[in-house]
Amino acid sequence: MNYVSTTLSTDQTAVDRVVGDPKARYRSGVLKYRQMGYWEPDYEPKATDVLAVFRITPQDGVDPEEAAAAVAGESSTATWTVVWTDRLTDCERYRAKAFRVDPVPGTPGQYFAYIAYELDLFEEGSIANLTASIIGNVFGFKPLKGLRLEDMRIPIAYLKTFQGPATGIVVERERLNNFGRPLLGATMKPKLGLSGRNYGRVVYEALKGGLDFTKDDENINSQPFMHWRDRFLYCMEGVNRATAETGEIKGTYLNVTAATIEDMYERAEFAKELGSVIIMIDLVIGYTAIQSMAKWARRNDMILHLHRAGHSTYTRQKNHGVSFRVIAKWMRMAGVDHIHAGTVVGKLEGDPNVIRGIYDTCREAHVPQNLQHGIFFDQPWAGLKRMMPVASGGIHAGQMHQLLTYLGEDVILQFGGGTIGHPDGIQAGATANRVALETMVKARNEGRDLWNEGPGILREAARWCAPLRAALDTWKDVTFDYASTDSVDYVPTPTAAM
Amino acid sequence: MRLTQGQFSFLPDLTDEEITRQVQYALDQGWAVAVEFTDDPHPRNSYWTMWGNPMFDLRDAKGVMMEIDACRVAHPEQYVKVLAFDSSQGFETVRMSFLINRPAEEPGFELLRSEGPGRRIGYTVRSYATGRPAGQRYGGETRHGP
Repeated sequence: MNYVSTTLSTDQTAVDRVVGDPKARYRSGVLKYRQMGYWEPDYEPKATDVLAVFRITPQDGVDPEEAAAAVAGESSTATWTVVWTDRLTDCERYRAKAFRVDPVPGTPGQYFAYIAYELDLFEEGSIANLTASIIGNVFGFKPLKGLRLEDMRIPIAYLKTFQGPATGIVVERERLNNFGRPLLGATMKPKLGLSGRNYGRVVYEALKGGLDFTKDDENINSQPFMHWRDRFLYCMEGVNRATAETGEIKGTYLNVTAATIEDMYERAEFAKELGSVIIMIDLVIGYTAIQSMAKWARRNDMILHLHRAGHSTYTRQKNHGVSFRVIAKWMRMAGVDHIHAGTVVGKLEGDPNVIRGIYDTCREAHVPQNLQHGIFFDQPWAGLKRMMPVASGGIHAGQMHQLLTYLGEDVILQFGGGTIGHPDGIQAGATANRVALETMVKARNEGRDLWNEGPGILREAARWCAPLRAALDTWKDVTFDYASTDSVDYVPTPTAAM
Repeated sequence: MRLTQGQFSFLPDLTDEEITRQVQYALDQGWAVAVEFTDDPHPRNSYWTMWGNPMFDLRDAKGVMMEIDACRVAHPEQYVKVLAFDSSQGFETVRMSFLINRPAEEPGFELLRSEGPGRRIGYTVRSYATGRPAGQRYGGETRHGP
């Protein structure tokens, strides 16, 4: 493993002297990363470079430029000591270049380090290869107390080697015959323990009541209480009955996550044979399996839902890990169609500005730099399809005006407890959500001020819709108003819930 | 049964004033409004009959409302929907779709099941109305309009 234990010099002239002199540069021994050429403050990034910005927290006594150079080195060509074999390569080109270090506003001891990577460092169309460099060994590097990948700029040249979302928002909507409003979903509860027959009942009731989608939870795979084939068969009975009784296209995310990619293909094939419009995978299956399933989904006209199980282990804390906006970017490249991306108002982590940046990353054809949303670089998407964000976790009908305001129209709003926990039953819960949604979209289009009039608009609809009235009464005081741990650094963070 | 396709089918039927506001919203976004009708409301029927082309050059909600009304009067016993088409990059698709007319009687759909190997069931959704020829569904012949 690669460690450096030297005291690190800040003398730039000494550094330049070494970098400029091949004999000094390649003498056996240990040099500063700066001396090895990984810090180039004058470097002008090329349009084809992969750019990354890391939040670095150097150990005491390590200066930020050296720390940035070390990150550049360890995530590209360097090892801890000088090796003469560098001279067999065009090493100047392959070396990543740290070219800028900014102090993090209001956070002493942390810096944003900008690093440029030559395109040829990466294999085409491979998230695994990209991430093995960018978040490989470097995250355990001792001279840093913490390291967080905040954002990346993927050059168009590299983006074009990726498939992108198998289906995309436009084709998904055309396939579902569903336009002009957020889609509605619910995760089946309890997450674990239902038999296939009982589980399909919940699917049917929720879809019949007005939802577009129901969803397996991330840890529903093939357990003793319900094997996957049972689940798929009963779920499709529920889906088709609800379709026939409403005249709408319905779907349920059949989770095909399994121990091996071969098992996942088998489950996906079965879902296809049964006529499901959508399947689902978990983030924990890994980048390569995700890309494989995305290619399968494109070949088989299947919408691919991604549940981001596991992400909070590395996205939530600001001092170390990977920002979720980067994960969202990788997943759009990898080719999923849906991704859980935060609710702002629900029970899970979500600062409004951070969420906005993530939603833009999912949905826009071009995302301009916007530090207040945590977006450090312009990111043109080069025609990759747009990915549908999913808002899930502790949301209910009474927040509909906030959800529509924060999240917009191309989003799936998933009310699990907020559907199944309705006092008058699952169908009533689904109907409450659907009526709240249609009411709010109609009011928005009519030019009404959702933020201020929203609660009143919902109350008006509740006068003729008993299920909505019951939902509003049941959950009227439920908010999750906690400080976000993952906020942006360039503006004060507003609170979300009202 | 009540067919719940479209943006607002869970709400009480829209009044003309409410339809006008939605049309105005579409026009304000720069979208072209279109009217389509059918007596085959199968959820996977993508191609309802067009009441003329999308009204690309009609930027006035009143004018659009006249077309909507003409279609509704000509086909009172059919499903009529209003659509909005967005030609901008990244979309180039339908952005709004809502029903503004439906037959008085909606018999709905039958779910046909055919048993296959294993416990597999093949499902077919069939509209009761399409058992009869086009033009003779939903309350008889199509009237032609005023």
